[in-house]
Amino acid sequence: MVDVTPAYVPTVDAAAESPRRLRDAILHFCRLQPLGTVGLVLVLVMAIAGLSAEWIAPYNPTANDFAAMTEPPSWAHLMGTDQFGRDLFSRIVFGARTALIVGFSCAIVGGVAGLVLGVASAYFGGRLDLFLQRVMDVVMAFPLIILALAVIAIAGSGVHNVIVAITIPLIPRCARVVRASALSIREVPYIDAARACGFGHTRIILRHMVPNVLAPFLIMLTAFVGQAILGRHRCPIWVSAYRSRRRPGA
Amino acid sequence: MYRYIVNRLLLAVPTLVGAAVLVFVLMRLIPGDVCMIRLGSGGASVDPHALAACHAELGLDRPLLLQFLDFAWGFFRLDFGISMWSGKPVAEEIAARLPISLEIAVMGSVLAVLIAIPLGTISALWQNSWLDHVVRTVAIAGIATPSFWLGIVSILVVLDVSHALFGAAWMPPIDYVPFWQDPLRNLSMVILPALTIGYRYSAVTMRMTRSAMLEVVREDYIRTARAKGLVEHLIINRHALKNALLPVVTLIGIEFAFLIGGLVVTEQVFNLNGVGRLFVLAVQNQDYTLTQALVMLTVAVFVLVNLAVDLLYAWLDPRIRFG
Repeated sequence: MVDVTPAYVPTVDAAAESPRRLRDAILHFCRLQPLGTVGLVLVLVMAIAGLSAEWIAPYNPTANDFAAMTEPPSWAHLMGTDQFGRDLFSRIVFGARTALIVGFSCAIVGGVAGLVLGVASAYFGGRLDLFLQRVMDVVMAFPLIILALAVIAIAGSGVHNVIVAITIPLIPRCARVVRASALSIREVPYIDAARACGFGHTRIILRHMVPNVLAPFLIMLTAFVGQAILGRHRCPIWVSAYRSRRRPGA
Repeated sequence: MYRYIVNRLLLAVPTLVGAAVLVFVLMRLIPGDVCMIRLGSGGASVDPHALAACHAELGLDRPLLLQFLDFAWGFFRLDFGISMWSGKPVAEEIAARLPISLEIAVMGSVLAVLIAIPLGTISALWQNSWLDHVVRTVAIAGIATPSFWLGIVSILVVLDVSHALFGAAWMPPIDYVPFWQDPLRNLSMVILPALTIGYRYSAVTMRMTRSAMLEVVREDYIRTARAKGLVEHLIINRHALKNALLPVVTLIGIEFAFLIGGLVVTEQVFNLNGVGRLFVLAVQNQDYTLTQALVMLTVAVFVLVNLAVDLLYAWLDPRIRFG
């Protein structure tokens, strides 16, 4: 019998190895993706600022100070004040919370729903594809203002209703782009091979099609975050303009 | 393929019917109506008799089903009725504003495609080079920058530069002149808004092109083409780009259709009398006829654009078959 015991077995300190690997992985990512690193740091700073707004913000974001209207940046007001004397730094820090919540939740919910619908539409094809795409055409064509007013008229105002109103138009946009990539993936030989092997639809979609459409999906997701944050800004303006034109009571 | 086109055109009918039902219902779900806004502006209470007379004049006192059938029958005859707010024919209101929106949409799309696809391709081929970093930074800035801010800044820059160079600030003309009447005046009005929306449009398209090209250039058939000794530009134009363009043309189609009636803020910044502002005014005034006509127009544009994009898929990737 051959003795296979190695002559030298290096001892590994598992407790110290894990943080070192994590640090190396982070440094490796920073070297490979400098732009991504900068973006990640900025988002983390915004998230921390939003979470700790009560401690960071020097002023109440809604407190008016008519003695300090439209002031330039100073030690008293780091980013100056607006036309009502409200401290802009405090407003940005408090606003970061809502902006990130609305932006990311709209983008993720809209993107994932669009991914599911787009891949299913392309994979199954036929009448389901025709029907879903016609529904997408109608929803895409609907202006955000009508959707926002209708949602608020039905469900009332509030951040969650604004999220619903902004998410709905994002779904068909993602679905159309994902469907485009999924249509060509549907025709590749490994999908036919998977079908021949008897794999179910869910397995083929989740294991073979979805990973291959992630690239355009992620591009749409990142674009949606900005659109959702700007849409969140426009919705309340339209709702308040609509309310100001309605006469109070009959 | 012809059967598919005929099927899609026939399917446009139920699509438009569905859109008509949806806009009809959603507009009536919003509390209030045009009469309440017209008679009650300024916060004063409204005389019920005046309100009833207004409702009768505009047909809002009829049952909802009759109102919908009237709207559907009118749309079928291409008679969009009279605007409940201004009293002018809806077709006239839209026709006065559609050319400028269409022109800006086309110019913005052309600029975006001419800039985005070449830059996205170069960025993908020279991945992680200084050019790639510059292009990606410009693209991300384009996605992050609000169009209204960019529009205002571009106006200020043009004013300051023209004042510095010529001693007098230059402003674009206010009144719209069709291109065939005075091309220079027309272009001077639309070039700034077209560049503003074109920048954002090209940013997303550039990122999508880069992402799709990065996937395609790593495929085996590209490696085989290089191994065969095919010239690089033929590999990119004949093999890589066609396969990468599927999500890109989808995005271009969606954005173009959106530009027709979605440029609300840009039109406000540049003081353009376009379809976007008309849309917002129609909804805020709860002008049912005008809103319904505008939504139907937008849906029709989306249906046609998406049909063109789907047909383009089959040309770009012959493996794709519909039906």
